[in-house]
Amino acid sequence: MGRVVLVTGVSRDLGRRFARVLATTEGIDRVIGVDVVPPRGDVGAMSFIRADIRTPVIAKVIAKEDVDTVVHMSVIATPGSAGGRLTMKELNVIGTMQLLAACQKAPSVKHLVVKSTSTVYGASSRDPAMFTEEMQPRRNPRSGFSKDAAEIEGYVRGFARRRPDVRVAVLRLANVVGPHVVSPMTSYFRLPVIPTVLGYDARMQFVHESDLDRVLELAVTSDVEGTYNVAGDGILMLSQAVRRLQRATLPLPGFAVGQLGSVLRQMRLADFSPEQLSFLTFGRGIDTTRMRTELGFEPAYTTEEAFADFAASMPAASRLSGSLTGRAVSSLQDLLPPASEKAGARG
Amino acid sequence: MADAEIIPIGTRGRAGRGSGRAKPSSASRNLAAKRTTAKPAAKKAARVTSRPRAVPDAIEQVTTEAVPQPAPTDVPPAAPRPATTTSDRGPVAGISPAGWLAMLEAAAREVFGDDWEPRLAEVLALLRRRLAGEYDVDEFGFDPEVTEKLTLALLRPIAEKWFRIEVRGVENIPDEGGALIVSNHSGTVPVDALMTMVAVHDHTGRFLRLLGADLVFRMPFVGEMARRGGATLACNEDAERMLSRGDLVGVWPEGFKGIGKPFKQRYKLQRFGRGGFVSAALRTGVPIVPLSVVGAEEIYPLVGNVPALARLLGVPYVPITPLFPWLGPLGMVPLPSKWLLEFGEPIRTDELDDAAAEDPMLVFNLTDQVRETIQQTLYTLLMKRESVWR
Repeated sequence: MGRVVLVTGVSRDLGRRFARVLATTEGIDRVIGVDVVPPRGDVGAMSFIRADIRTPVIAKVIAKEDVDTVVHMSVIATPGSAGGRLTMKELNVIGTMQLLAACQKAPSVKHLVVKSTSTVYGASSRDPAMFTEEMQPRRNPRSGFSKDAAEIEGYVRGFARRRPDVRVAVLRLANVVGPHVVSPMTSYFRLPVIPTVLGYDARMQFVHESDLDRVLELAVTSDVEGTYNVAGDGILMLSQAVRRLQRATLPLPGFAVGQLGSVLRQMRLADFSPEQLSFLTFGRGIDTTRMRTELGFEPAYTTEEAFADFAASMPAASRLSGSLTGRAVSSLQDLLPPASEKAGARG
Repeated sequence: MADAEIIPIGTRGRAGRGSGRAKPSSASRNLAAKRTTAKPAAKKAARVTSRPRAVPDAIEQVTTEAVPQPAPTDVPPAAPRPATTTSDRGPVAGISPAGWLAMLEAAAREVFGDDWEPRLAEVLALLRRRLAGEYDVDEFGFDPEVTEKLTLALLRPIAEKWFRIEVRGVENIPDEGGALIVSNHSGTVPVDALMTMVAVHDHTGRFLRLLGADLVFRMPFVGEMARRGGATLACNEDAERMLSRGDLVGVWPEGFKGIGKPFKQRYKLQRFGRGGFVSAALRTGVPIVPLSVVGAEEIYPLVGNVPALARLLGVPYVPITPLFPWLGPLGMVPLPSKWLLEFGEPIRTDELDDAAAEDPMLVFNLTDQVRETIQQTLYTLLMKRESVWR
């Protein structure tokens, strides 16, 4: 008998794509997608059930379908798409509580996979360069998405204590990028002029969207448990990333970036939350040793490659052909004979 | 000095320079030297014969004239400077594109030497790569390219010419593998850390990775530069991560207590933190290299502090030195003291087992040993120095 997997949060692109991939995986009989709104686009072999995870309906779904694996992906990072911060918090926190309560009551559930985020580590000047899974955030998040994520992980730990027979795997992912991803980070990089925090340069790690699918699939099919950081190899500085996009930047003092962020949020251009501001100021690195040794996952894309793939997907029209200095340098370079030719002539 | 050309002040009674009037101003008349009648006449005669009058008198520059020469010189007297003529008064209108190109070429030759073309191409390629973001940083945000080509290159003249740093005991720094360099801290502003970075790189070719206080990373620009230069937060996690990668790590365990101590306490080592650096070295099994820096104490003699302002700004102290803030920006120029850096014999930790790091007594003893070594070396170095300045 194959497995029955319940995936929450399939209305959004990442959830829907993962559910579709999972439905074709060997050894998995059925994939049931759950969300409050139906997914837009191809759902493949996944069967969709419209249910709100904030209500006890979810318990009935789990019991009726004889679900043995629950993949919780319904953690929303953008208050804009959820219809306000209050709704977002309710979806995230109350939704997780209801879902976990339902899982606890369902004896059929044997595996729980939670897609969490590296935002739980926060971002501050007192951070170590790389966070390992055991480390706590230096400053506990007080608001927004990172607080939600921290609370969700707390509930998941509580669930793991109450149901020791259930295998629980929590994946803390770095920022997911890719041609199809809509997240605060990708909408930030899609801005025509990118506001940055003056005097700071953040370290960033990225995960490619296809690696997200792969690592979640691995967490569902293998028998690992525990918490794992997931990120592509290497680090990209924010300034470096912006240069690779060939976008203009607008360096502003921190408070001004925050104010600009709220204006952008009102204009629905980008979701710019306070924890994103501190991330853009100090950045964050997560250690992926455990992902390799214990989880046995090797990302197909490095941070650099994942970002390059995302950059290639951006509409060419909105990309500037380079800054003024860049153009000046390349025109100067064209004036000179190629360096190799010159060296050959001399040698 | 016999051939010195004497350029007299004023116009010697003739039409004022640039005034455009035929009659000199009263000011220039007053400036003109009282002359005997013979001299101007002789001069005038010489001029008339030497060259034709092509330009009006008003803009003729008086340069060479018949100042009595002590001896007949080897310079032919018949070659006076030509008159300056100006046909085009626009700022750049008179320079042709070819002229610009020649100027740029000459400038490039001046900067890069004779093989300027490949070298300029190299620089441009580097610039282009930087602008396209095509470079690598490590997990701490360290950018070796910028550090080597820009930061260290800018600091090197300061180290060599301003502080005239003398380095001893370079052989004590291992050529490869992790090592922890522990140094005394002084000088109000952490210039000593930067100078140590330069000295280590120039003598061993290795980058010194600094461990900095969290204030460094909180401050705008400073934090950015620090990460780019290879620094990271002074915490056990980062120190151990760097050491186990095989990096050369520099730590200043006195911290703000050392760097911000009053001038009268110079060369007196402060408490060495909680010995976190020793346990990091013990856990990773790397040698501890004690470093004593003499000279950094005198660059900004800290004679006072403004605690209220410091609290307001959220910094440990606001320094007052004999020159700062009295001389404004000029007071920020460090005094050119003579620096001596001595790397002591490495203290090995690989013979101790892992449990040693959990033994507080051993950690304290090792910390004291390192501290004593540095303090004793400081005293001997001070004896060797002739004075603060040399």
